[in-house]
Amino acid sequence: MIPLQAMAIALVAFFALALALTHDLVRLTLLSSVYALTLVVLFVVFQAPDVALSELVVGAVAFPLVIVVAIVMQRSG
Amino acid sequence: MTRQLRLGLFGVSGVGLSALLLWAVAGLHAFGDYHERYGTLLKNVAVSERHTTNVVTSVVFDYRGFDTLGEEFILFASVVGVALLTRDARDERARPRDRLVSDPVGLIGLGLSGALLVIGLYVVAHGPLTPGGGFQGGVVLAGAIAVVYLAGDYRSYRALTPQPAVDFAEGFGAGGFAVVGIASMLLGSAYLHNFGPFGTPGTLASGGSIPMLNLATAIEVTAAFLLLFTEFLEELSVTRLETA
Repeated sequence: MIPLQAMAIALVAFFALALALTHDLVRLTLLSSVYALTLVVLFVVFQAPDVALSELVVGAVAFPLVIVVAIVMQRSG
Repeated sequence: MTRQLRLGLFGVSGVGLSALLLWAVAGLHAFGDYHERYGTLLKNVAVSERHTTNVVTSVVFDYRGFDTLGEEFILFASVVGVALLTRDARDERARPRDRLVSDPVGLIGLGLSGALLVIGLYVVAHGPLTPGGGFQGGVVLAGAIAVVYLAGDYRSYRALTPQPAVDFAEGFGAGGFAVVGIASMLLGSAYLHNFGPFGTPGTLASGGSIPMLNLATAIEVTAAFLLLFTEFLEELSVTRLETA
């Protein structure tokens, strides 16, 4: 394993731990987007660009978007 | 259960799970050291047989196209399920109210939406050539339209996504995938067998039926995400009206 790959794995592990220790809903949502982004980096580093793209659009954008909109609408109502 | 007991239980199971996980990871092949037959075979024949430079796409839409048909209908069925559950019981008076958005936000949103639209179309069209394809590009396209709501107003968003059109696109995408498969049968081969013509490798029209299936998937995924997003927004506004 080259250092870059080890770094990508460590990054994912770090943010996974941060996710597990976060309780606030808004922070959790934004952090899950960042976590998905670290997964994207991991997939690119391990030469799986197709999977990285899927993770990017669903994990980092679509999923947090829906949750954030839900939270905003609940609060403004 | 006391806190001490819980921590103890976590300690034991955590150590056990970590040990098993490390054992499993240690048994993996080294990165880049791949000798399985299926992947090696596809890597060698996909480009010359199907003229698509992205082997992943030719696996998804051709060699394992039947799997993708199933996945397509999983998405279709779940979206139809959401629509059935939410549409029937909804009060039409309850519409998400338009929020006031500042002009700079609206302007940036407009620029972002246009850029996303182009990126989405690019990702869809180049699926057979470079990483990407109907699924990834479809979500980007849906995102381009969702930005209209986020940076603009709900009325413009709904004007862009009239319900009959989105419903039609959802069915057309899912059904189109199945129909391409039937076309293969009419042409005398197995269901979803690629019937060509394969075109020149590296051009947008290469891959025979792969670009058609790719396009059908893009239409279905775009419509699915828009439909979900709309249902979700409407449902939330109803909940708000009831609690108010």
